[in-house]
Amino acid sequence: MSEEFKVEIVNPEKSFLTKEDVTEVVVPAFEGEMGILKDHISIISFLKPGIVKIISKAGNENYFVEDGIVEFKNNNLSILTSSIFNLSEIDKTKQQELLKLAEEESIKPKINDQAKYLIDQKIEVLKSLN
Amino acid sequence: MASLDDLKKRIASVKSTQKITKAMKMVAAAKLRRAQESAEKGRPYSEKMNNVILNLSSGISDKENAPKLLSGTGKDRVHLCVVMTSDRGLCGGFNSNIIKKAKTYFSKILDDGKDLKIITVGSKGNDQLKRTYGDKIIDNISFKESKNASYFDADKVGKIVIEKFQKGEFDVCTIFYNQFKNVITQIPQAQQIIPLNNQEEENSSDESYEFEPDEDEILSNLLPKNISTQIFKAMLENSASEQGSRMSAMDNATRNAGEMVDKLTIEYNRSRQAAITKELIEIISGAESL
Repeated sequence: MSEEFKVEIVNPEKSFLTKEDVTEVVVPAFEGEMGILKDHISIISFLKPGIVKIISKAGNENYFVEDGIVEFKNNNLSILTSSIFNLSEIDKTKQQELLKLAEEESIKPKINDQAKYLIDQKIEVLKSLN
Repeated sequence: MASLDDLKKRIASVKSTQKITKAMKMVAAAKLRRAQESAEKGRPYSEKMNNVILNLSSGISDKENAPKLLSGTGKDRVHLCVVMTSDRGLCGGFNSNIIKKAKTYFSKILDDGKDLKIITVGSKGNDQLKRTYGDKIIDNISFKESKNASYFDADKVGKIVIEKFQKGEFDVCTIFYNQFKNVITQIPQAQQIIPLNNQEEENSSDESYEFEPDEDEILSNLLPKNISTQIFKAMLENSASEQGSRMSAMDNATRNAGEMVDKLTIEYNRSRQAAITKELIEIISGAESL
C-alpha cells in the first residue's frame, strides 16, 4: 500500500499548491510542530509562523507561513493561509524586509500577549533562516 | 431641419463617442478575464473556510458559551449593512442593482422599527445612498488607489466590522454585493455574516475531529478571519461583476452609437440631395425666365 496522501495549500487569491504524492508534512501548529502521515486522525489545528515542510519521494519543499489553519480529513490535508512563501524563492532582501516589519510590529505598545507571542515566533523563525 | 454643417458635426461627435465606448469595452473585456480568474481561484479558500467552520460549529460542545460572532448577541436591534459597490461609473446597472437590493432591505428594517447603520465600500454606493440614508452612513471606505481586490484591503474592512461588533455597536451584519454568474447576469446578493447563518446547510459530516488547541479557541480565532474572507470573496465577485457589467453596457453603447451614425448619415445625405435639387430648380427656372 502506498504511503502517500494529498496536500492542498490555498491562500485567498488562489490555490497555491496541490500535490498528490507526499509522504509526510510537518506543520508548525500552534502548540508545537506536528508531523502528519497518511491515515492520521481527522484534525483541525492552527498554525503559528513557521516552516511547513512537505516531504515527498521527489524531494523536500519548505514554505514559510505566517498563519493559517490545517484540516486533515480522509487523507486530504488542506492548509489555509493568508501569506505563504516558498523558501527557495525567498532571498536575503525579502527575508530582511519581513523581519523588519515583524520587529516594528513587536515594539508597538498596544499588543496583547497572544499577538506578542506570535510575532516573537515570527522573528525567531525569520532569524533562523539566515 | 438641421443644416448640413450641424449634421456633420453631430456625426463626428457620435463617432468619437463610439470610439471611446469601444475602447472601454475592450479594456473591460481584458480586465474581466483577470477578475473572473481571480474570483474563481478565490473560491476554494472561502469554501474550505466555510467547511471548517461548519464542522467546528457542529462539533462545538457548549452552545451557550459559543463565541458571539457565531451565535450573535441574542438581540436583533441594530443592523449593520456593508454595501459594496464600485469606485467607477459607466458600468450599466451594476451599482444600481446593489443599491436597489440594499434599499428594499433598509426599508424593511426601518419599518420593523430597528436601527440601521450603513458602511459603504466604494464611492458610487456612497453617492447614491447619501441622499436618502445620509444620516445612517457611519463609514465610507474606498480603495480607489488599489487596482485589484487584495486580501489586505478586505482584511481592513473586516477589522473595522469586528471592532464595531466587539464594541457592541450592532447585532446583525449583512453584506451586499453582486455575485458574478456570467457576463450578462450578475445577481445582487445579501449575505449575513454576523451571526453566521448556517442553518440551511446541515450537510456537515458527523465525523469527529481532533482539535488542537480546543474548539473554542480555534473558533474564536477563526471567525474573525472568516469575516475577512467572506468580504474578500464579495470583493472578488464584485470586481468580476463590475467588469462584466461594464463590458456589456459598453457593447450596447457602441452598438447604439453605430445605429445613430447610420441614421444621421441617411439624414445628412437626404438633406444634401435636397439642397442640390433645390439649386438645380433655381438654375433651371432662372434659365427658363430668360
